[in-house]
Amino acid sequence: MSVELMVNGLTVVLLVIGCFFFLAGTVGLLRFPDLYCRLHALTKADALGLGFVTAGVALQLGAWHEILLLAALWLLVLSAAATVCHILASEALAQGVEPIQAGAGRAGSMDSEVDASSAEDGSEGGDGARARRGVSP
Amino acid sequence: MTAFLLGVAIFLLANVAAGLVRVIRGPTQADRVVAAQLFGTTGVAILLVLSVAMDARPLRDVALIFALLAVVISVAFVKRGWVRAPGQPSRAEPSLPREEP
Repeated sequence: MSVELMVNGLTVVLLVIGCFFFLAGTVGLLRFPDLYCRLHALTKADALGLGFVTAGVALQLGAWHEILLLAALWLLVLSAAATVCHILASEALAQGVEPIQAGAGRAGSMDSEVDASSAEDGSEGGDGARARRGVSP
Repeated sequence: MTAFLLGVAIFLLANVAAGLVRVIRGPTQADRVVAAQLFGTTGVAILLVLSVAMDARPLRDVALIFALLAVVISVAFVKRGWVRAPGQPSRAEPSLPREEP
């Protein structure tokens, strides 16, 4: 009885951790500004979350061959996520989809949302440029 | 325990529903395929959790099929479905140099 309670508790903990990683992957897919960033967030976080969910589900099974099936399924998803991320990113790069560079600001963002801070930065830069143009003649 | 498992399944289903926003807004086709990857992985997790909650063993085999089909989607998209801009041949299938007459 106590052992069953422990196993159930461990399943709950593993499933909650797995749900956290799935949530992280979804938030990354929705919020990151770039195709490459989204691939990075989604493929890694979701594969890890699926690993936790698989471990939690495997604790509830009795037979060894079913646990082996789940382990094989997780390994398949892991290798598939890595492969899919690679082929999508390399094909996008070959087609000229520009990744966002560090320090380049959000000018190259594929997302239409521009937050207030970068808009302020842009206006300040414009003022500075106008000031320099005003001084030079 | 069953109620908790069903709650986990509903939470993962909410994740899928949130991923639909990226399908609608995604500026390129590739973003939508990335969202399809989310559906594949999350669908596998939902089926695994439901197979325990409902004590339905065949759902685990269905989850295996889902994992395989999610790979096929992306490979088919990269090889066939991605509409390429003119003048930018794919690296996977380089165009032959045109012979001068």
